[in-house]
Amino acid sequence: MTGIPADRAAAPLRRGRGRGDRLFHSGVTAAGTVVVLVLLATVVFIVIKAWPAVSHYGPGSFLSSDRWAPSDAVANQADPNPYGILQFLYGTLVTSAIAMVIAVPVSIAVALTITDVAPQRLRRPLSALVDLLAAIPSVVYGIWGIFALIPALRPFGDWAATAFDGIPVLGTVFSGPFSGVSYFSAGVVLAIMVLPIVTAVCREVFATAPCAEKESAYALGATRTEMLRMAVLPRSRSGIVGASVLGLGRALGETIAVTMLIGDNVLSITRSVLGQGATMPSVIANEFTEANQPFHLSSLFVVAGCLLALALVVNALGRLIVRRTGENIA
Amino acid sequence: MTYGNRNPLDSLDPTAMKEPKMPPTAPPVDQQAAARFAPARLDVVDLTASYRGLPAVADVSLTIEPHRVTALIGPSGCGKSTLLRCLNGMHLMAPHATVTGQVLLGGTDIYDPRVNPIEIRRRVGMVFQRPTPFPTMSIRDNVLAGVHLGRRRGRGTHDDLVEQALMRAGLWKEVRNRLKAPGGGLSGGQQQRLCIARALAVEPEILLMDEPCSALDPISTLVIEDLIKEIRETCTVVIVTHNMQQAARVSDTTVFLNVEYAGVPGRLIEAGPTEQIFNAPQQRATEDYTSGRFG
Repeated sequence: MTGIPADRAAAPLRRGRGRGDRLFHSGVTAAGTVVVLVLLATVVFIVIKAWPAVSHYGPGSFLSSDRWAPSDAVANQADPNPYGILQFLYGTLVTSAIAMVIAVPVSIAVALTITDVAPQRLRRPLSALVDLLAAIPSVVYGIWGIFALIPALRPFGDWAATAFDGIPVLGTVFSGPFSGVSYFSAGVVLAIMVLPIVTAVCREVFATAPCAEKESAYALGATRTEMLRMAVLPRSRSGIVGASVLGLGRALGETIAVTMLIGDNVLSITRSVLGQGATMPSVIANEFTEANQPFHLSSLFVVAGCLLALALVVNALGRLIVRRTGENIA
Repeated sequence: MTYGNRNPLDSLDPTAMKEPKMPPTAPPVDQQAAARFAPARLDVVDLTASYRGLPAVADVSLTIEPHRVTALIGPSGCGKSTLLRCLNGMHLMAPHATVTGQVLLGGTDIYDPRVNPIEIRRRVGMVFQRPTPFPTMSIRDNVLAGVHLGRRRGRGTHDDLVEQALMRAGLWKEVRNRLKAPGGGLSGGQQQRLCIARALAVEPEILLMDEPCSALDPISTLVIEDLIKEIRETCTVVIVTHNMQQAARVSDTTVFLNVEYAGVPGRLIEAGPTEQIFNAPQQRATEDYTSGRFG
């Protein structure tokens, strides 16, 4: 009979951990702590920097006006607050909305092409190509947008500027003239920029659709389109929402390309998507180096704080939606 | 898994069958009448099915008579599932899958390029090993999933159709009060019967079943076996099973396939009335298998 050798059985259990293990453990813990600290420090720093403007003008005054006039800060230091930021909020939301309206359907289509439609041998290259879109630097998108995209969009822009005249909502949304650099141009570039991430997530989601369900759909006499609508898309709803939210998070914060394409009109809200405006990131990028009027820099930190809050709310909301829709499927 | 073969660029293999969008001269089929009154005969002629050029099952010739239950039995890897999937063209959905030979449904070769494969899959339904109800659909919508296909308009309520299909699948009494509940909430056996109802709702002439009970408990298995005998009244059944008792219990005809060793294609050894295959087989291999000496 073979048993445990006596000497091994008698060996005492090692107490505690070895030195390497302890080192590794504390290293990992430190790294984890740093992430939390950095996030906290960022928030605290923004709040500290924004505080002078907020306490001077009152917290509500930023969100109740769309007049951004740093030069008025000296002339009229009392109310009203020359640093209204509604137009930046508007610009951020409008450009992101345009981006999502274009990018989400296209991404779903591209992802389905990659997972189920394209010839087998083209799927990997196609997928890699889409991922490569994400590698193009933001500033390259910006300069490409100015010199290639805007001329290409001009026929549509000029047409849209007059086509909806007199129609209640569309007439305002597309009131002319098309100014080239505009919410619309920025939105289209944003759409291209968020396409890779939305496509990548959708692709992963579609790829998890069980083969057995796909076959069941085919066995019932489904065409490929019907199979996709029956066995792939319904169960992917929450994934598509998640992908869109990830894309939206990117679109909200994207800076350089948007700054180059939106026209930097900080004065007030331009309603038409064909007109020029500014977003929260773009005004910060444009003005922080020359913010020498009283409370100008501090007001930019107010913008930064609002952007951070918006991004956090969108992410939280997205997660909530994903979790809710996810329950229906599982 | 993906379905590459449906793409033209993928079918560089000259033997690969493509799926024509609009068959120029599709044979006229009165599907409903055919299904109701006389399922077509299915003749398999010299069929060889391959994956990536390697035959999985070779030189099978076989006739499947209407209103019978035909069981395909044999050891693992003998190609019985592949053969089954050839009977409605599903085999070609797998990447790099090819077929030579013929499968004649009522005299028409289903692999004829002029035949619409979708039409074939509607006439020859299929139930899989694991129950696969569509998880986002209600029980009712699951039953109607195939019925709604290809129809842009006229999506009626189909209450009678739902009831009928669920009755035939022996599930009506259990679910009639919760037709709007999700199909995924049923037990495994119920889900499988839901899948059978879904397949029957399209009124196929032939129902292919790929080990439909292998993921189920014994009670559910018995329920489904009883069901198979009833389904026979309205349509032909072909069932793959690795359970010989099941084949003996449910089938009228048994087809025994065998494979000598891994790497060579499976072949049809013997086909005949179930009684004969189990009690008086003509081939030594059949006797060895049915008596449990191997497999």
